[in-house]
Amino acid sequence: MKFDLFKKKNAAAPQEAPAAEAEAAPADAFAKSGIKVESAGHAFKTARTGTEHAAVGADGEEKPVKFKVNELNLYYGKFWALKNIGMEIREKEITAFIGPSGCGKSTFLKTLNRMNDLIPDCKITGEVLIDGVDLYGKVDINTLRKRVGMVFQKPNPFPMSVYDNIAYGPRTHGIRKKAELDEIVERSLRQAAIWDELKDRLKKSALGLSGGQQQRLCIARTLAVEPEVVLMDEPTSALDPISTSKIEELAQDLKKDYTIVIVTHNMQQAARISDKTAFFLLGDLIEYGKTDDVFNRPADKRTEDYITGRFG
Amino acid sequence: MQQQAQAAAEESVAKIHVGAAVREVGMKVIFAIAAVIFVAAVLVICIYLFARAIPGVSEIGWINFFFGEDWALGMDLFGIGTLIVGTCLSTVGALVVGVPIGLLTAVFMAFYCPRWLYKFLKPLTNILAGIPSIVYGYFGLKVVIPLVRNAFGGAGFNLITSSLVLGVMILPTIISITENSLRAVPKSYYEGSLALGATKERAIFRTMFPAASSGVMTAIILGVGRAIGETAAITLLCGNIAQFPTSLTDPFVTLASAISSGMGYSSGLRLEALVGCAAVLFVFVLIITVLIMLLKKKAR
Amino acid sequence: MAKELVLREGEVDVSQIVPINRQRVSDKFHAYCKKPGSFTMLILILLATAITLGAVLWILLYTAIQGFANFRFELFAWEHTSSNVSMMPALINTLTIAFFSLIMAGVVGIFAAIFMVEYAKSTNVFVKIVRIAAETLAGIPSIVYGIFGMIFFVRMLGWGNTLLGGAITMAMMIMPLIMRTTEEALKAVPDSFREGSFALGAGKLRTIFRIILPAAVPGIISGIILGLGRVVGETMALVYTAGATLDPAYPSGLMQSGSTLTVYLYALINEGNDFLGEAWAVATVLIILTVIINGLAEFIGNKLKKEY
Repeated sequence: MKFDLFKKKNAAAPQEAPAAEAEAAPADAFAKSGIKVESAGHAFKTARTGTEHAAVGADGEEKPVKFKVNELNLYYGKFWALKNIGMEIREKEITAFIGPSGCGKSTFLKTLNRMNDLIPDCKITGEVLIDGVDLYGKVDINTLRKRVGMVFQKPNPFPMSVYDNIAYGPRTHGIRKKAELDEIVERSLRQAAIWDELKDRLKKSALGLSGGQQQRLCIARTLAVEPEVVLMDEPTSALDPISTSKIEELAQDLKKDYTIVIVTHNMQQAARISDKTAFFLLGDLIEYGKTDDVFNRPADKRTEDYITGRFG
Repeated sequence: MQQQAQAAAEESVAKIHVGAAVREVGMKVIFAIAAVIFVAAVLVICIYLFARAIPGVSEIGWINFFFGEDWALGMDLFGIGTLIVGTCLSTVGALVVGVPIGLLTAVFMAFYCPRWLYKFLKPLTNILAGIPSIVYGYFGLKVVIPLVRNAFGGAGFNLITSSLVLGVMILPTIISITENSLRAVPKSYYEGSLALGATKERAIFRTMFPAASSGVMTAIILGVGRAIGETAAITLLCGNIAQFPTSLTDPFVTLASAISSGMGYSSGLRLEALVGCAAVLFVFVLIITVLIMLLKKKAR
Repeated sequence: MAKELVLREGEVDVSQIVPINRQRVSDKFHAYCKKPGSFTMLILILLATAITLGAVLWILLYTAIQGFANFRFELFAWEHTSSNVSMMPALINTLTIAFFSLIMAGVVGIFAAIFMVEYAKSTNVFVKIVRIAAETLAGIPSIVYGIFGMIFFVRMLGWGNTLLGGAITMAMMIMPLIMRTTEEALKAVPDSFREGSFALGAGKLRTIFRIILPAAVPGIISGIILGLGRVVGETMALVYTAGATLDPAYPSGLMQSGSTLTVYLYALINEGNDFLGEAWAVATVLIILTVIINGLAEFIGNKLKKEY
């Protein structure tokens, strides 16, 4: 029922969505009005028109839009790394980005929580909306990154105990009480399906864990700040097959509660776990749609070449 | 004929090999001797210091020497209690000034500094490290002492002056080692912390700093080492009065400055007392060296 | 070929682009307002850096201004007289002591470094002992070196105050510095160089002298220059070994006493109020030397980095 409501709103006027979303997260600094107008101006400054890839399935049963990206361009120095990207990423689905190395998929992922801001020469134009609110407008970056968590390619647990790793985020956002932290740590570890393995070694250094455990710890650490979105940047590329399948199962579980965007090198992985797949090539978004369609009925010749292993 | 020639050739080849082998081994021995010279130098310094210091201190009396409150070479009073206290106080004073400023400057240089400023700031801190301590002393004497005298009264030869000057002197050590160890922390920790919504400062002080802790400790201890042994500057600034300072504006004396200002009397038991002071400083330095080696081991 | 073409295609003129991902100062300020703790830390960081920068500039500029105000060409006159306290003899003594101590420390430090890097295994007990010894030597305060030099060279060997005694004392002081920088330079030489040389049948010695040392030369030289800086800046280890005197005639040999520039400054300061201006001039010369030496070491050190 709720979905229908959202769907209608989205179809009619996607910009209206934040009003509904704001109810879900009322305390958020994002849902301030008067921001969109200013940033919308930027979108029209780019001369070229981006191609819009709306992933509408055959059955029409679509979930609400989480991210809406319009005419996004990104430059590293003089290098044009992302070209007129336009796409919608929907809530509580797994969206996979595939493509050969250097195609811009990781770069695009990082525009969704503004991790690209760390790179000095990086310039972005266009528009990225989260729940309809301009992500590059007057937002508080720290709150944004709390909402849009990220798991990195190489597991990066901090050099402290398992417990402190998980509690780092909540503490950052002002939770001090031991009991509350204990509860968060247990809940996050359970969500990341690693509680049973780690419950007896919470006080041990996280650096002593295996690579797969470290990565699931990092996922738990991300979940501990109660994000809405989890971005995963090739989370399994440094892991063995068994750990990889655990992380894949975990991602499947998590999509009940979270929007997941995953960059992967591994096409089978994208096919196995994702609902939507986007194929990037040399900074262009070539094809975006239901995973089943992209893999079985690719609309673009280049997509077909890539998924059949003709290049990449 | 042919066989003979072949045999001769083989022999010469063998000779070359023998010659080469002798040269290889000979040079290896020479290189090893160079390494031995390091050990020998430490041993010689150790032996000569303690061989002169121990008999002298025994004659003075160990308790009199270490815990005596009166130090006056001209009157044969050899208690270094006030000297040790003075050394500790001036070291602590230097740390109070130098450590916070040094650590925070290192953070600036590792995480905030724009490239154009870094090109300017980094050589400047290197120059700070290279300025001779006697120049620091002269600057302190002519510039800092009048300022301290005006601000706090008294003669200006006191802990405030020495802490300010020594604090600046240990800055480059603390800055460069802390900066290097902060840069050695994997950047993924920093990114991971930001991705959880931490501010830049929180990421630095809650993630990067703890990860670099052994480097930071090494920096502080090396700063202690420099402050403990500093002589040329401190001698000009401390006032050279052997007493327990009761306030920040009292003059005091350190082991190093007592040695330097007492050398005019250097003969007999007086010299041995001074060598004793040097031996005490030497032991302090040994302790610091061991601490640093332990930290390095821990860092690995 | 194809990839290069694509990269060129991807290059665009970005000067006209108005990026959306620039945080304005006001945005940052608003963000910091919500996090007072972080804001405080930021202020402290900036304050500390300002203090450091201020202290360096204050010392350098104040000394330079005083020094140039008291600058006279006669201060560099060849003859030192009681009316014109020329720093020329002290300057030459500095160079003499620097030269001999660098030769001694250079040979010992470089050879020891070769032993540590090319011959010894790092697990060896002897290597550990050498390392501890080097760390200890590096940490000993200069006054302790001074006392040691005095009781050993001046008294026990009966040399009196000599340039040679000063030079050997300084050599002991800077040996560890040269060893450490040489070790780093040797370790930076890629192993492929060594393997390549061995594969051609060259012996270890030939490999070291023909391949490894030449490749490590910039690093070694920058270590030696840093050592030079230590000698030029050293006071207390030389006062009691090479001697401190206000009327430094030119020593006729290494077994004569003579004060270096820093020791000479020390003597001028201890003279009371008679030579304050001259003291500033000497301090300025010392700072200029420091700047030159640092610049040289950095220049040569950077050259090293570019090579590999």
